[in-house]
Amino acid sequence: MTPLHLAIALDGAGWHPAAWREPTARPAELFTAGYWVDLVRSAEAGLLDFVTVEDSFDLPPLSLDPQHVQGRLDAVLTACRVAPLTERIGLVPTQVATHTEPFHAAKAIATLDFVSRGRAGTRIQVSHRATEFANVGRRTPPDVRDADQLGVLFDEAADHVEVSRRLWDSWEDDAEIRDAATGRFIDRSKVHYIDFAGDFFSVKGPSIVPRPPQGQPVVTALAHVEHAYRLAARSADIVFVTPRDADDAAHIVGLVREAEAEAGREQGEVRVFADLVVFLDRPGESGAARRARLDAADGTEGTEYASDAAILTGSAALVADVLASWQHAGISGYRLRPAALPDDLDAITADLVPELQSRGLFRREYAETTLRERLGLDRPPSRYASAAAATAATGSTAVTTGGVA
Amino acid sequence: MSRPRKQIHLAAHFPGVNNTTVWSDPRSGSHIDFDSFRRFAQVAERAKFDFLFLAEGLRLREQNGRIYDLDVVGRPDTFAVLAALAGVTDRLGLAGTINSTFNEPFEVARQFATLDHLSAGRAAWNVVTSWDAFTGENFRRGGFLPQDQRYERAESFLDAAGVLFDSWAGVEVTADKAATFLGGVPGDGPGRYAVHDNHFDISGQFTVPQSPQGRPVIFQAGDSEQGREFAAASADAIFTRHGTLEAGQAFYADIKGRLGRFGRTHDQLLVLPAATFALGDTQEQAEENAADIRRRQVSGQTAIKLAEQLWNLDLSDHDPDGPVPTVDPVVGENTIARGRASVRQHTDPRETAQKWRDLAAEKGLSLRGVVIEMSARQTFVGTPERVADLIDEYVQAHASDGFILVPHITPDGLADFADSVVPILQERGVFRTEYTGTTLREHLGLALPANTKKAVAS
Ligand SMILES: Cc1cc2nc3c(=O)[nH]c(=O)nc-3n(C[C@H](O)[C@H](O)[C@H](O)COP(=O)(O)O)c2cc1C
Repeated sequence: MTPLHLAIALDGAGWHPAAWREPTARPAELFTAGYWVDLVRSAEAGLLDFVTVEDSFDLPPLSLDPQHVQGRLDAVLTACRVAPLTERIGLVPTQVATHTEPFHAAKAIATLDFVSRGRAGTRIQVSHRATEFANVGRRTPPDVRDADQLGVLFDEAADHVEVSRRLWDSWEDDAEIRDAATGRFIDRSKVHYIDFAGDFFSVKGPSIVPRPPQGQPVVTALAHVEHAYRLAARSADIVFVTPRDADDAAHIVGLVREAEAEAGREQGEVRVFADLVVFLDRPGESGAARRARLDAADGTEGTEYASDAAILTGSAALVADVLASWQHAGISGYRLRPAALPDDLDAITADLVPELQSRGLFRREYAETTLRERLGLDRPPSRYASAAAATAATGSTAVTTGGVA
Repeated sequence: MSRPRKQIHLAAHFPGVNNTTVWSDPRSGSHIDFDSFRRFAQVAERAKFDFLFLAEGLRLREQNGRIYDLDVVGRPDTFAVLAALAGVTDRLGLAGTINSTFNEPFEVARQFATLDHLSAGRAAWNVVTSWDAFTGENFRRGGFLPQDQRYERAESFLDAAGVLFDSWAGVEVTADKAATFLGGVPGDGPGRYAVHDNHFDISGQFTVPQSPQGRPVIFQAGDSEQGREFAAASADAIFTRHGTLEAGQAFYADIKGRLGRFGRTHDQLLVLPAATFALGDTQEQAEENAADIRRRQVSGQTAIKLAEQLWNLDLSDHDPDGPVPTVDPVVGENTIARGRASVRQHTDPRETAQKWRDLAAEKGLSLRGVVIEMSARQTFVGTPERVADLIDEYVQAHASDGFILVPHITPDGLADFADSVVPILQERGVFRTEYTGTTLREHLGLALPANTKKAVAS
């Protein structure tokens, strides 16, 4: 069997709204660096592929309630803070495409790639809530019931990613020459304007940051619906999806592949990761018991935690069975959302990882250094380098900038 | 004997994209790799400096319509670098230049509040306006803001950010596992705010709890009347370029004299000029070293480029070793050089050009020689003893409250200064030997903002 990829989705004290009440939770430290460093180091000790860090341009509606965690740090800065204190694990913070400047967003991720020496990615998020728009002003929020208006936001996000990708390519790898003889620091024929002009914004370029170590940091997106599959197929390296079961997984993979073909990309270029919330058994306590306890702690009797992703409750062996079986449906990896931190993360590294290793489904050591390598993605040349070479060869001045690298 | 000696503040400016950096020197390393920033920061922290400083430029500079290639080109993202540095330092303040024109307050406030949390209270924000339409071509709104409105937006921006920083005032991170998170009131979560003015119409809930310093230390770098007023009203420190004792004293008196009108006292705004240095075992050696650095900072090509910025003319056919151009500069909008803060330093180009010619005549200098004299003079040249004397003298004579040092070698150019000059200042009792506080506000002797209850435990 092909080994699978495992990522961890970090958010607050865990994905269950009552997670911060757990005996092992450290809720008073959620806004300190030490908390995040400990979590990511522990994920790294478990040899996991990467962590994602959640974010948004407002607080989720739930957290207006003092029964729940309120507040959240900026995800990109959190990833950067952790980067020099970790060695191998990939770092994939959330970026909101709708409310950020693609120029700033691209240089931040390029820099995360420098500070982590090739372990950076981004999770591009489309924001549609009126409350998020109100924090930025200037724009009328879309009517979320209108599919067209929603579609426009996804188009804007696709442009955002396209600009990032062009900016990452805007310096060829060998643009910095430090040629003392001619007094030139760069070879400016290797630094390119991106001249992006779209419906939502235009960006001249080039980036102020040289090409990052991975060339193109890894772009990911969470997708539940058609618009989002299309965005992922156009723009992403990894799409996180939320199948209910193996059949649903096969169906969703099919949708992603269709969208991929429509976007003119090769079949299978986009890696499909399934999102799963996990309540894992720990010594002395079953996942089911933890789940019941958290549900009880969170409110009225009988309220059950629900999520957009499927929820797995039980032993490492049971979870491993599910992960293995969905692979047949075309799922190449999983983004596990620990219900409570650190308990479920500890269970993943201490129990689930060895279980998968014993089945030959997971690595026993980190072999690769960059996140792209680990995911089996090539390091692409700068699109402008190829264009420049082609221009030199044919004398043509046309520069192809469409599509993804 | 009479008054206690003022304590000196020292900061380290990671060399940026201008001809100060002698990148051709064999000791010069990467200006991008994180290891360079780590080494630079760790030297500054070893020397007990107050903070590390990063400048900003949001578009690659151009001259004569082409990307400028003679100086260091490129720099990493400020927030990303500072957050990473917070992980490899303990006490050093982390100051980032972030402009108020091509950003939005909600996002920048979130980033600075996060940085302050992740560094346990070491964040500072140098508010600049970067107003030009040229830079705007990289952003959603383009070059939308006329020059006379840039400080207006900056003021609104800083006010709005202040509202956001304060929006969790009085709410401590208390997570009582049996009761509530932060002890909030249902239906009225902390962080609620609204800002409605000429520039911003925003409202909602801020996402980041009050940070250890309440808000980052605020810097201003700009020298116009508007810039000075902005600093006097709102900044904790001002970053200037007034390098000589007399100019420094005049600026210092002017800036501090403005504070009263804003109900502020002398010690609420620090004056911190940029300073360069050249050291040697003897004064002669230091002078030689300084002259050598200047020659390398201003090659013939660089001299022409700097002259073009003043003349606003293509001078590429001019001989740098020949005389200063006799034609008059083109006055008005600078179309030759773009994306350079220094372009607008020449308030009266014709007068400046005449000064250059006079200097050339008086000292028998070529164009390059004049450019070296005018633009590449180190602030402090001498033995470590002498440089320590000068720095102390400037501070005691109220020309500044300290200096932001810009070495000419990246990233290790600060080490000489740290190892030779700093110990002398420490011996004299004018510079700390250990950090006494943990936050940047404490290093700078600035009080916490009034409504900041206490530093959040780190
Ligand atoms: C010492 C100093 C450093 C500056 N550094 C920057 C910088 O890093 N990035 C930037 O965009 N502007 C920088 N500026 C420009 C100012 O922020 C300001 O926009 C400019 O000086 C115009 O304002 P003024 O008219 O008040 O001088 C700097 C200015 C000074 C005096």
